[in-house]
Amino acid sequence: MATLSDLKISEVKLGEEHTGKWGMVIDQDICTGCQACVAACAMENNLSFVGEEDSGYGRSMHWIRIERFWEGEYPEVKMTPNQPMMCQQCGSATCEPVCPAFATVHSQAEQLNLQVYNRCVGTRYCANNCPYQVRSFNWRDYERPEPLPNQLNPDVTVRRRGVMEKCTFCIQRIHKAQDKAKSEGREVVDGEFTTACAQACPANAITFGRVDDPESMVSQLAKRSHGVKHLEELGTLPNVTYFKGG
Amino acid sequence: MAYDKKHSEHAPSGQHGGHSEEYLREKHLMLDPLPRGQMNDMVMESMLAKPTWKFWVVASLLAAIVAYGLFYSWGRMIAEGLGIAGVNRPSYWGIFLVNTVFWIGISHAGTFISAILRVFRAEFRRPFTRAAELMTTFGLVQAGFSIFMHMGRVWLAYWLMPYPNQRMIWPNLHSPLTWDLLAITTYLLSSTMYLFLPLIPDVAMARDRSTGWRKTFYKTLALGFRGTEGEWTHLRNAMNIFAFAIIPVMFSVHTIVSWDFAAATRPGWSSTIFGPYFIVGALHSGMGAAIAVLAVIRATMKHMDYFIRGEHFDAIGKLMLIISMAWAYFFFNDYMVQWYGGDVWTKQLLHFHEAGPMGWMWFAMLICNIVIPWAILWNPKWRATPWLVATVGIIINVGMWFERYIIVPISLSINRMPFTWRLYQPGVEIPLGIGTLAFFILLYMIASKIIPLIPVWEVQEGQMAHELKKFGRETVVSVSELE
Repeated sequence: MATLSDLKISEVKLGEEHTGKWGMVIDQDICTGCQACVAACAMENNLSFVGEEDSGYGRSMHWIRIERFWEGEYPEVKMTPNQPMMCQQCGSATCEPVCPAFATVHSQAEQLNLQVYNRCVGTRYCANNCPYQVRSFNWRDYERPEPLPNQLNPDVTVRRRGVMEKCTFCIQRIHKAQDKAKSEGREVVDGEFTTACAQACPANAITFGRVDDPESMVSQLAKRSHGVKHLEELGTLPNVTYFKGG
Repeated sequence: MAYDKKHSEHAPSGQHGGHSEEYLREKHLMLDPLPRGQMNDMVMESMLAKPTWKFWVVASLLAAIVAYGLFYSWGRMIAEGLGIAGVNRPSYWGIFLVNTVFWIGISHAGTFISAILRVFRAEFRRPFTRAAELMTTFGLVQAGFSIFMHMGRVWLAYWLMPYPNQRMIWPNLHSPLTWDLLAITTYLLSSTMYLFLPLIPDVAMARDRSTGWRKTFYKTLALGFRGTEGEWTHLRNAMNIFAFAIIPVMFSVHTIVSWDFAAATRPGWSSTIFGPYFIVGALHSGMGAAIAVLAVIRATMKHMDYFIRGEHFDAIGKLMLIISMAWAYFFFNDYMVQWYGGDVWTKQLLHFHEAGPMGWMWFAMLICNIVIPWAILWNPKWRATPWLVATVGIIINVGMWFERYIIVPISLSINRMPFTWRLYQPGVEIPLGIGTLAFFILLYMIASKIIPLIPVWEVQEGQMAHELKKFGRETVVSVSELE
């Protein structure tokens, strides 16, 4: 049985020593901005259907979003590459220490930022403090119009009003793959499973895998020189690498 | 009453800066003693005066606002979710947090006036310490309402309390919100006790002069106080300890409230000067609110023009002027250091404050907090005019509310992810906010009918210590040490 002394918050080491476990590489040059990842994520993770009005007021419920930016003044407007943005699963996350209820915590096993829905009391401090602004709050109990209730994913809970939520790197898929590998007495193979967004991406712009395994696809890709991690200067140690202009 | 006639036209004698005895007596409450019995009766009369129809109209109007604005609207929000408020991404905190900081700010004046001025033996504080302490307690009640309203699942708010449970989960002591909760709880408890201690001799006085349910009520509150030497010694000791102990609590509370912002990684928030800046801001709004409350008490309650005089408005007016200057300094300091840092996002934000769609609020804040107080409070005559300083006090409060609005929802509109930038439009926050204001006033009105608003014993004690002496032709005020 776990005792209180086992629950030590391990020191997060800055710089080279930090590796993380699961990571993602996103190639903005081949992203077409089709939003297939957004739809796939919503279906996989039982996201609420917020509706037009709330969505227009900045309450859209997406764990991943495609950011589009324009450069220059009319008529010389240039669109910059689409930027899919989701929880960066920071190694030293700013959302974690500010939660007064321990509802957002770091998973030691998976090196992910977990959101414990049934512990969340809805102070929304984590969302304020997230420099990537990737957390979604359940402003209401949203109804799912027909036929959406028929496709709820049984592996994922649904959330009620007043609770914060965010991208989990499809942790249910991670656990499923680990369970399967364990029952077969082997390790999880790179590429054996992937997240919903990566699976849905028609251009293969999203790659998911183990960043602590130098042989994995993600690690190989991340070695390319033009990879960028967003807002790394804040010391958040994000686990998502972006390619742009390669 | 006799005192009305006594100080009619006594012009200052004026020569060589000295003043006639009559002039001094008229001007200073401490030099204008009345017999104890008469003063006690005056306070009792002002409290027991039958409420006029105006009182009932105002009270029922406020009660209706509280019922709709606070309880109905909050109930609806609990039932439907925060969607009916205006909070969104990225302004996850809206007017709820603005009001929390605002009410905690108001509550600071009580401790400041009562404890700091008591410790420093500022004699002018005597007649209005009670009124200020009540502001602390009632203001904290509104702050508590505001912070609980803001929670998504308020019915689980007890999870923020450190209570033993089988899962061995405690609140996260890394979180500034946990510090906040502990600090505000400490402040509420200690300020309530600090309100109660100096009240004991006054409720004992009221107990001896009342009948019926009031007698029982005061008897319970007075804890059997009879005014013996031993009881006074104990009471004085306790009040002394509390007066000194509550000052650091007061400073820590608003510093900790500022840490909610300063400890975050947001541009415009992570500023090391926020602690003292917030404390000065709290005193700024608190003094403004205190003077407005005093003006209302003086205008509406019987015999209050004896206790609260021009000298008191003048003294608080001076404090307001100094605090306004200090606030201006800290505001400049906070702005300058952030701007000088050169961080691109902070620069964007500062530009957004002044030139964004809500830029009018930024300028209005500076006008309300600096220009108007400086333009009016320098003049001793204007300072001693109750309605004028009270208006300045209310204007300062508007300005300070704007300041908090700029810090919370406006600063949240801009972040490091330009894709999510969005303005905030308040929804049900408005009736809720008005509800807290109405509740504050209503609590005050009720308290004025059941609690002696003037600490009579403190006034009498001060009057005993003050004396007018004649040296040749000069009249000199002398104050003797009491303890």
